[in-house]
Amino acid sequence: MNTFLNLPLAGAVYEDIPLGHFLTLSLAMFALGSIGVLIRKNPVIVFMCIELMLNAVNLSFLAFAAYPNSHVQANNAFESAMAGQAMVIVVMAIAAAEVAVGLGIIMAIFRYRNNVDVDDMNTMRG
Amino acid sequence: MSSTLLNQVAFYLLSAIAILGALGVVFLKSPVRAALALVANFFTLGLIYFMLGNQMIGISQIMVYAGAIMVLFLFVIMILKDQTPEEDKSLFQDRRFIFGLLSAIVICGLIWALVINPTMQSFGGEMDRSYGSPQAIGRSFFTTYVWPFEIISILLLVGIVGSIMLAKRKF
Amino acid sequence: MVAEWFFQLNENNPLLLGLIRVIFVVGAVLALVPPLIWWERRLLSWMQDRIGPNRSGTITFPDNFPLKGLAGKKVRTFGLIQPLLDGVKLFFKEDITPSDVDRKLYFIAPAIALFPAFALGATLPWGPSTGLYGILTPIADVEIGVLYVLAISSLGAYGLVLAGYASNNKYSLMGGLRASAQLISYELAMAMSVAAIVMAVGSMKLTNVVAIQEGPLWGAVPWAQNWFILTPFGFISAVIFLIALVAETNRAPFDLPEAENELIAGYHTEYSSMKFAVFFMGEYAAMFVFSGVFATLFLGGYNILPVNWMALHDATGAGIFKFLSNANYWLAPLVFLGKCFGGITFFIWLRATLPRLRYDQLMNLGWKSLLPLSVANFIVVGLWVIGTELYGVAGGWAAAIGAMVIGYIIYLNILTVSKKGAPATTKRTVTMVNPEAGRRSVAMVDPSTPKSP
Repeated sequence: MNTFLNLPLAGAVYEDIPLGHFLTLSLAMFALGSIGVLIRKNPVIVFMCIELMLNAVNLSFLAFAAYPNSHVQANNAFESAMAGQAMVIVVMAIAAAEVAVGLGIIMAIFRYRNNVDVDDMNTMRG
Repeated sequence: MSSTLLNQVAFYLLSAIAILGALGVVFLKSPVRAALALVANFFTLGLIYFMLGNQMIGISQIMVYAGAIMVLFLFVIMILKDQTPEEDKSLFQDRRFIFGLLSAIVICGLIWALVINPTMQSFGGEMDRSYGSPQAIGRSFFTTYVWPFEIISILLLVGIVGSIMLAKRKF
Repeated sequence: MVAEWFFQLNENNPLLLGLIRVIFVVGAVLALVPPLIWWERRLLSWMQDRIGPNRSGTITFPDNFPLKGLAGKKVRTFGLIQPLLDGVKLFFKEDITPSDVDRKLYFIAPAIALFPAFALGATLPWGPSTGLYGILTPIADVEIGVLYVLAISSLGAYGLVLAGYASNNKYSLMGGLRASAQLISYELAMAMSVAAIVMAVGSMKLTNVVAIQEGPLWGAVPWAQNWFILTPFGFISAVIFLIALVAETNRAPFDLPEAENELIAGYHTEYSSMKFAVFFMGEYAAMFVFSGVFATLFLGGYNILPVNWMALHDATGAGIFKFLSNANYWLAPLVFLGKCFGGITFFIWLRATLPRLRYDQLMNLGWKSLLPLSVANFIVVGLWVIGTELYGVAGGWAAAIGAMVIGYIIYLNILTVSKKGAPATTKRTVTMVNPEAGRRSVAMVDPSTPKSP
């Protein structure tokens, strides 16, 4: 049989890399995404930065799912891993719906005003 | 090459690409290049999910984010090609940039010190490693998580109807 | 000998063996692209009553040639080395970069366009999963093989979109926009048609898809193989998948992104020399590998005919069937290549036969015909699976056929309700107002024989 997939690449990372490294990557991506939301003017890129933040959260969910706590029973560890993945799928679906509606709104604003600078959208300002 | 070294090389290489992609999204001026950097980021994230044993989620990540959402982004960027706002030339002197960077550094430092640093050693134990397979995910979505599943399908339906309404509306 | 070496490699150094598998697949695709181009040009010119490239490669041996049989004779290769010469020509042509292009994206776009075509072959089994072929194929037999194919094929849009954007040419940009819209639209129908197959198989592993197709036909005929194209729902899926496949590879009649009489050459208008050749190669490699995907999903993968030779051997005891079973095993890669080749021949035939679709026709076909049909097919397969689980094979077929009939009745009702969908030749009752009489008169109008007003 094909032994290529029995290579240690798939699944056994929890012995080699500490959980904290995955979380650090997630934190860095989340921080970069939030910086992007704060400083960019183009609404499409602001949107992309929001997607980046969502993905950072997804990564931390999956990292926690793959690293079972040694205090938890093995059976519960499997269930908590499933919970993490279910959450990720929910986040993905929400992101997809959000992108469809959000890009639709951006296109509608563009058709209405011929300009999509986020700093100029201040008609709702009180 | 020992498996530990292989894992570590793969992970740090992929995370370096992911961070570079994220930096690209934030700091590249051209929206198309920013979108491409984000595609690179999403693709490497999918590979990192494979490393964590989440085959199904990893391939969904590549299919949904890299294959569908980002193509939609590129489509919109191209339609708005000449109408996107000019970014400030002096981005780094901007007050907003400095405040954003300061707040990000402070919050990141706090989170890292309080949450992530304690997790460096304490996790890791034996468990059934088949949780990432499509069968396991399908089973849990039709038993434990059947309500979230129905709710996200309704949400997607609402999203479809909403975007069609936005597209059809006359201003 | 060689087999022993491969088995030892599988034990000792699986990483190296993985590399060898990659080299086999990529090398095969790369080596077969030039003959494919020759085949397309020759077959297309034969279908269009032209001659096509037939001169290059003709060798005339001199009269004093040492081999007596060959002296003074001409050996024709029917233009087989024409693609090679074309490659040399493209390689030595001037590589023009137009002014004001986005240089980095302009350079990287052909590479991105080439990547999915080669990466797609990674999960396709081109041989049985036992014995020597079991360790040589596929490159990675992952649990998510079908999703892998869909995911990688959805990345194919980037090369075209970036090329269109970076070229600084409005026709290129429109070609890129059309490519992305077309790929997004047809991916849905493709994914839904494949989802039906995945549900019937119960697994996303491509080796399992082939293994299920080696089972008894319709669950009832033991000596025939259950190729999905021979089952009703599988046939519908296959037709949808094939149409979506042509759209995904941007071939005629779905070649709107490179429609030459509207957009010059679409997204590769501004590309010349080797960069153009890379686009060209990517298109042909994608055709080849997508044909392989179709063969794996619907045509029984590497099997020659939908016949279970071993079952026939067990039933009759005739030695010929055992020989044929062995032939089926050892000829598997060649049969798979042959099926890919047949798929490409079908692509060429389509190109010679059908005119290009209009843009609204393209969108209507994708969203209003293929997607609802594939979703209905998905529901039918679901009912078939439930019926088979509850009441056995016959129950499954009863459920599927009943669902198909109900679906067809609903479809006819939708046709009568929506006016646009009504056939143009049916009789309609038209209420007309006669202004002189001042009252309404009802007349029967038969639109198939129009009268002058």
